[in-house]
Amino acid sequence: MALDRFFRRRRPQQQAGADLPDLWTQCPQCKEGLYNRDLEAASFVCPKCGHHFRLDAQKRLDVLLDEGSFRPQSGRVHPTDPLNFQDTEPYPARLARAQAKTGRPDAVLTGTGTIGGLPVTVAAMDFTFSGGSMGSVVGEEIARAAEHAARAGTPFVLVAASGGARMQESALSLMQMAKTTVALEGLAARGLPYISILSDPTTGGVTASFATIADVILAEPGALIGFAGPRVIQQTIRQHLPEGFQRAEFLLDHGMVDDVVDRREHRAYLTRLLGVLTRQEVGA
Amino acid sequence: MTAADTLTKLEARVRDLETTARETGQNLDAALTPLRAEVQRLRAEKSANLSRWDRVQLARTPGRPTALDYVERLCTDFTELHGDRAYGDDPALIGGPARWQGTPVMLLLQQKGRDTKSKIKRRFGSANPEGYRKAVRLMDLADRFGLPVVALIDTQGAYPGIEAEERGQGWAIAESIQRMVRLRVPAVCAVIGEGGSGGALAIGVGNRVLIQENAWYSVISPEGAASIIWKDAGKAPEAAEALKLTAPDLLDLRIVEEVIPEPPGGAHLDMDAAAQALGEAVSRNLADLAGLDGDELRAQRAARFRALGAFTES
Repeated sequence: MALDRFFRRRRPQQQAGADLPDLWTQCPQCKEGLYNRDLEAASFVCPKCGHHFRLDAQKRLDVLLDEGSFRPQSGRVHPTDPLNFQDTEPYPARLARAQAKTGRPDAVLTGTGTIGGLPVTVAAMDFTFSGGSMGSVVGEEIARAAEHAARAGTPFVLVAASGGARMQESALSLMQMAKTTVALEGLAARGLPYISILSDPTTGGVTASFATIADVILAEPGALIGFAGPRVIQQTIRQHLPEGFQRAEFLLDHGMVDDVVDRREHRAYLTRLLGVLTRQEVGA
Repeated sequence: MTAADTLTKLEARVRDLETTARETGQNLDAALTPLRAEVQRLRAEKSANLSRWDRVQLARTPGRPTALDYVERLCTDFTELHGDRAYGDDPALIGGPARWQGTPVMLLLQQKGRDTKSKIKRRFGSANPEGYRKAVRLMDLADRFGLPVVALIDTQGAYPGIEAEERGQGWAIAESIQRMVRLRVPAVCAVIGEGGSGGALAIGVGNRVLIQENAWYSVISPEGAASIIWKDAGKAPEAAEALKLTAPDLLDLRIVEEVIPEPPGGAHLDMDAAAQALGEAVSRNLADLAGLDGDELRAQRAARFRALGAFTES
């Protein structure tokens, strides 16, 4: 048994990047081989270097909410192809592939749960679905979640992960920026907190709408956050971009986010913050 | 000879005759009138057959009227107010109180510049965060003084620069959208050239959104889409088709209420006529909204944008 453990521990270092992907993962930052079991226990943060792995929406909410508290609400709204959009392949084919891969109709998961015992309404964007891009469905589900929070009288916590508005729905995607903003008005009117957590990456139309009008904006360490993507900026100005440009810590330095918070601290951080903002005694 | 060649030839003939008439003092109207009519007919025919990419080209035609060209023709008493009270003044997004065909309004204008020097100064209408923050400030004033907001949209997009990102380009756009959602005065927006992405929507949350016949409005520029899809900005014409970004497309999608006609061949061929049509459309929509109170205006605007999107529900 002891010998068995010894060999399993050695394996990742010896065969970094090779087989057994179901058992372990290589940290893209420090190249350390990490057991998936350990990685999961650490909320998918590298225990060696602190690199925050990207999370799909389900894992995100597992990490954020009290265990077993999540009740999904999204899932009934499905995307269509209003523009008959055709590029290198038809939009419906892209959607079908992303749906098969993620088991989700579109790039967001919403519902209710508790954080430190406090009821919340949540929305997590799913970067694994078409880069978390925002089309009509993402906009609609986020709008409904925000409206639910206002009706139910809970805080709203949103985790952003998105390359921006979805090209394949063109101006309709763009309009989701205004639609989600409209839907968030109910929270402000009822004095309910809206917290957004910006994860890697959060760019484009998401940064320029609901993600950055939260009462409190948090960011995950190292997350790329910006309006224009670094490549677009480089092409426009033809200058070298400064070290750490558009990373969470850079934005904290420039006064754009309230805090950069390690994912392993999210639940405790939000428990404390939401408790005070809603003037309640909480703690789990 | 193609219709385009015929048109070019006729246009040249009209110009020659006009020159002759001016220089010699002769009255050549008998010859000119039918020629002019034929030119108008051919231009209208050409307009009807434009591809989406042709319209994008028209929206970018160098002589196309800018926001200030319209303001000069339609407004009196314009007082440009400067600065965001925090960092600077952005010449790409300007504004201030004025009378729009006599009606007191607050103008928000994306101004591209009319010559090389002013185009560079105004970054071709691509605003920095301080532009959007100035817009927020002007909307505060509009609410305070009960002035309807008239926004003229003409930008390829918010400026993608290092400093823009440092000062929170995304934040500034989001705040401008939110401020506009909260307006208690009427807001009428018109896309007069290019409506590029969030940088355009930042001042596009109107009770009514209008677009000129040859303007475009999209989530991304055709070049931007082409470089993402095909890794080749040269495929912009294909991207323009896919993006359905023209005025008729947007009317079909209910993203705009109204398409404002342009003179045959485009707004640049007759600025006065283009201004007249724009002025009439904006004034008419302002008059329609004049009877609503602050709560009703805000609710109508919220409902308008809340309803946008295409999906099915199981």
